[in-house]
Amino acid sequence: MTTDALSRPLGQPSAFGRLYNGTALPVAVVLAIVVVAWYLGAIWLNAGLVEQRLAQAEKPAGLAEFVHTAWSLDRPVLPAPHQVAIEFYDSVFTRDVTSPRSLVFHAYVTGSATLVGFVFGTLLGVLLAVGIVSWRTLDRSLLPWIITSQTIPILAIAPMIIVVLGNVGLTGLMPKAVISMYLCFFPITIGMVKGLRSPDPLQLDLMRTYSASPSQVFWKLRCPASMAFLFPSLKVAIAISLVGAIVGELPTGAQAGLGARLLTGSYYGQTVQIWSALFMAALLGMALVAAVGVVERLTLRHMGARP
Amino acid sequence: MKTGAAAIAFALAGAVASLLLLETTAPTLAFWALVVAVTIASWIGLERLAHIDKPRWIGAILVPGLFGLLLLYLWQVLTVGLEVPPILLPSPARIGHQLVTNLDLEWQDFRQTFLKSVLAGFVMGSGLGFIVAVLVDRSPFLQRGLLPLGALVSAIPVVGIAPIMVMWFGFDWESKAAVIVVMTFFPMLVNTLAGLASAGGIERDLMHSYAADYGQTLAKLRLPSALPFVFNALKINSTLALIGGIVAEFFGTPVVGMGFRISVEIGRMNVDMVWATIAVAALAGSVFYGTLALIERGFTFWHPSYRQERS
Repeated sequence: MTTDALSRPLGQPSAFGRLYNGTALPVAVVLAIVVVAWYLGAIWLNAGLVEQRLAQAEKPAGLAEFVHTAWSLDRPVLPAPHQVAIEFYDSVFTRDVTSPRSLVFHAYVTGSATLVGFVFGTLLGVLLAVGIVSWRTLDRSLLPWIITSQTIPILAIAPMIIVVLGNVGLTGLMPKAVISMYLCFFPITIGMVKGLRSPDPLQLDLMRTYSASPSQVFWKLRCPASMAFLFPSLKVAIAISLVGAIVGELPTGAQAGLGARLLTGSYYGQTVQIWSALFMAALLGMALVAAVGVVERLTLRHMGARP
Repeated sequence: MKTGAAAIAFALAGAVASLLLLETTAPTLAFWALVVAVTIASWIGLERLAHIDKPRWIGAILVPGLFGLLLLYLWQVLTVGLEVPPILLPSPARIGHQLVTNLDLEWQDFRQTFLKSVLAGFVMGSGLGFIVAVLVDRSPFLQRGLLPLGALVSAIPVVGIAPIMVMWFGFDWESKAAVIVVMTFFPMLVNTLAGLASAGGIERDLMHSYAADYGQTLAKLRLPSALPFVFNALKINSTLALIGGIVAEFFGTPVVGMGFRISVEIGRMNVDMVWATIAVAALAGSVFYGTLALIERGFTFWHPSYRQERS
């Protein structure tokens, strides 16, 4: 506390100084740079198409005309941000939520597979972690394989799981959820093992002086201590889970979902559609991670942690 | 120790016997009893061996290795013994056979996907992330602007940009490398920034009292202390790069590459070949990761996590 007070400059900082030292202004500046670079990039990358278009029109075009065409092409190489924003707005707010042209519908399809997979993955991951922590043989034999399997591009299996489960008669949401589950239980297991082992010997000794039974040690010490490790891995896991659900929609010609939307967009060269689907995926990912963050804060507060 | 070794020896002998039985006759009740006995014996053996602390290689290599063998054995015996359709799950022997007979094809796919797109994208993406991080580090303003965005990007399914990159850079490896560059850039940026900030105040004050300038402090103090973070990012990126390279090939590729092979052979229901390709990818991923871990050990031998092991 005292060092804080000492390091603060004397007197009231100016309004600009406060803005400059916060996060909002820097983030806004960086975002603005990205948008400007994007507009310039749209001119640069679309230049070929624009030249073709203007040559067909056979009228001399000034710079303004050139730029305007570059930012309003039908199937641009790189759509301008406002084109993506308009398409995004159209497909989210103006279309019926149940129609396959609505992004909300696709986001719902992908999001539900993500969540189902995430829930099962969490259960599996936590169970494995508890087994590994309480059983030395599992720790020695299984844990190295779990760590090795993290280095494997598991996502490559996704199309096969879809086909195999399709053969058994499982289609729709379940195969995607299985992929998501498969992807997201690894980080949870690793984080949870670390968390369950995080109590230091002093605390464990204290539990022993209370003559606590193993289950009491688990519920009263290990379990609460693991929460700080569990939630960061849950955030990683739900993001991977979303990737799994999207990739699960790619190879099988799925009709609905953000992945299917990306694939049809790339078949028909609808770049604006691809970009708006990408934005939806990004928003969905952030919302899911933020939701886990909210649960984390509630849980930690419930456990009496200081905010 | 003795019971453990005996149990393992019995399990190995039983496993070989049951595999030979499976070759010649249809599975009988006695055969399944043998399989159960092998499983129980190896579990007892593992249980004993897992409690031995010295020498270290028993716990670190032998136990997980034997456990892996047990899993492979059960996979083989169950798929063949229960006559699981190979479309659902081929036996490891079939996968191995497919792998060996198609070595040439696998090598071509590996060269296209790993040696061209993955390595190029990995080096460019990680290198760019590192350079940008070192540059941005001089400006706290930019740093505060980039860090939250970098954290946000980790929530985004970046693989989704694959169709766009295929449109921009064509079907060949360049588009896959571009996807990988974008995927690997942000983890490297965020980790390097965190690593550069990790040098403690006392050390910095010491450098200051030596009248070290910015470049000297960077080279002698801050970059070395950032190394564990940098290697962490490299290890994360090695997995991301393989995933990006394979998934990007689902969107269009010349007729070679691991992602291409997987999507084509699934269409032909040639599941053995798919598994063989996945085995190659798994091997490549583990070796890639392991190599990075070894290099890390060489560079950051001073880090507490390695020092502890030796003492």
